Amino acid sequence: MRLSYYPGCSLHGTALDYDHSVKEICRRLDIDLVEIPDWNCCGASSAHMTDHEIGMRLPMRNLLLAQESGLDILVPCAACFQRLCAADKELRKNPEFWDIKDYSPSFKIIHISTLLSRPDILDRITAMTSRPLSNLTVACYYGCLSLRHPKITGAINHEMPESLENIVKAVGAKPVSWSHRTECCSGSLTMARPDIARKLVGDITDAAKRAGATAMVTDCPMCQANVESRQLDNGDDGRLLPVFFATELIAAALSGDYPQKQQKVHLITPDVLTNLFVSSNATREGSA
Amino acid sequence: MNTNVISPEMGNKKFLNKLESMKIDVHACYQCGRCSSGCPVSDFFDLKVMEVVRLASYGMEDILLNSKTIWLCAACETCATRCPNDIEIAGLMDVLRSLALRKGVTPAQPRVPVFHQSFLDSIKHWGRAYEIGMIAGYKLRSGDFLGDMKLGMSMFMKGKLSILPHSIKEKSEIKQIFSGKGKEYER
Ligand code: SF4
Ligand code: SF4
Repeated sequence: MRLSYYPGCSLHGTALDYDHSVKEICRRLDIDLVEIPDWNCCGASSAHMTDHEIGMRLPMRNLLLAQESGLDILVPCAACFQRLCAADKELRKNPEFWDIKDYSPSFKIIHISTLLSRPDILDRITAMTSRPLSNLTVACYYGCLSLRHPKITGAINHEMPESLENIVKAVGAKPVSWSHRTECCSGSLTMARPDIARKLVGDITDAAKRAGATAMVTDCPMCQANVESRQLDNGDDGRLLPVFFATELIAAALSGDYPQKQQKVHLITPDVLTNLFVSSNATREGSA
Repeated sequence: MNTNVISPEMGNKKFLNKLESMKIDVHACYQCGRCSSGCPVSDFFDLKVMEVVRLASYGMEDILLNSKTIWLCAACETCATRCPNDIEIAGLMDVLRSLALRKGVTPAQPRVPVFHQSFLDSIKHWGRAYEIGMIAGYKLRSGDFLGDMKLGMSMFMKGKLSILPHSIKEKSEIKQIFSGKGKEYER
């Protein structure tokens, strides 16, 4: 399989390790990623929240670049995914308004969890797992932007999604049933109003702990950074939840290794995962 | 306009026309309250989401542009997704924020637009977000020098903040997007 790849700014900055784990598991799954040449920032929330036209034209430039190869576009970041989908809908509806003569590409814009939770891919992930993450009890956390607005994202189960649960089950982890899977963590406010972010993150992590989770799993780079960092401000009640990227878990399970370099990226120590690997060095060569 | 009077008769027709042109049908609201009850930031709002929608249907632009709510809305789309009348409430919030900025209304939550502006400045300049430049810009303009210093340092130490900006090749195309010559400004 060959896909266009739009990493977005987070994956070249605060979530560089997300980019690495996406690329690593795609390599293992024989998915060729062709990065969109000279891609630009999609504008994230800030652009569309303050200027509709800039919020549309920034992601549109990327779509026009992607049109050249015509491949389906893989997008790991939830915000980028939502913005590219919004621009794609708008361009298809009314290309002339945006000074484009013709826009009818056959590509689809695919969010990473939609790709990885395809039944055939889940089967391959399970078959290739060299170190199942048994006993890792996780709260799968979707946040907002890969789901809402479903008119834009095309999310089918926007209220009860299950892609992340299916992914973590494929590598042997145990997802808990809990309440705040699709609640907002207010990532777009976290710098200007950290007090609000602290409250929302506190509500989310409390709910995850009540359900018995010892870690959280997400596919959104803003959620990952916000939920880990604002927990630190909320004070240590003895149980802080590290937030893993789904791809990070898959990479660890497939390779049979959870490297120190990756452990160190977390603001909250990821011992719950590290400990699973302590006695497993012998299985390392099992990686496919 | 007297901003204290809430009445459809005092409504701003231009504002209502704009909402209509963007297919944001605020008149469809029957005040069921689903939007307000599901909003994660509602506790911090001065106007609840359902009030924003009703005031918008009255054309009460001034009250809305001066509210804290428009800046504290996190654009999570929960309200719009749940509205039984399919009203684009999050889109309405976008319109209100951009109107407030374009009209130079003093924001009731100044740090929020300063953050957005700092973020957009880094994109305008480099084509991609440049975290350190953005954080510096935000701190300088908001005066929020001490907030999150510790967090910033530990992110830096963990290699999450790159010292160098991430620049694209065709920066002129990005400048064009930001040039203010867009069609929507003429309308
Ligand atoms: S959910 Fe929709 S109809 Fe109900 S109060 Fe909110 S805007 Fe009005
Ligand atoms: S989009 Fe804004 S107003 Fe609507 S639920 Fe989310 S934070 Fe509240």
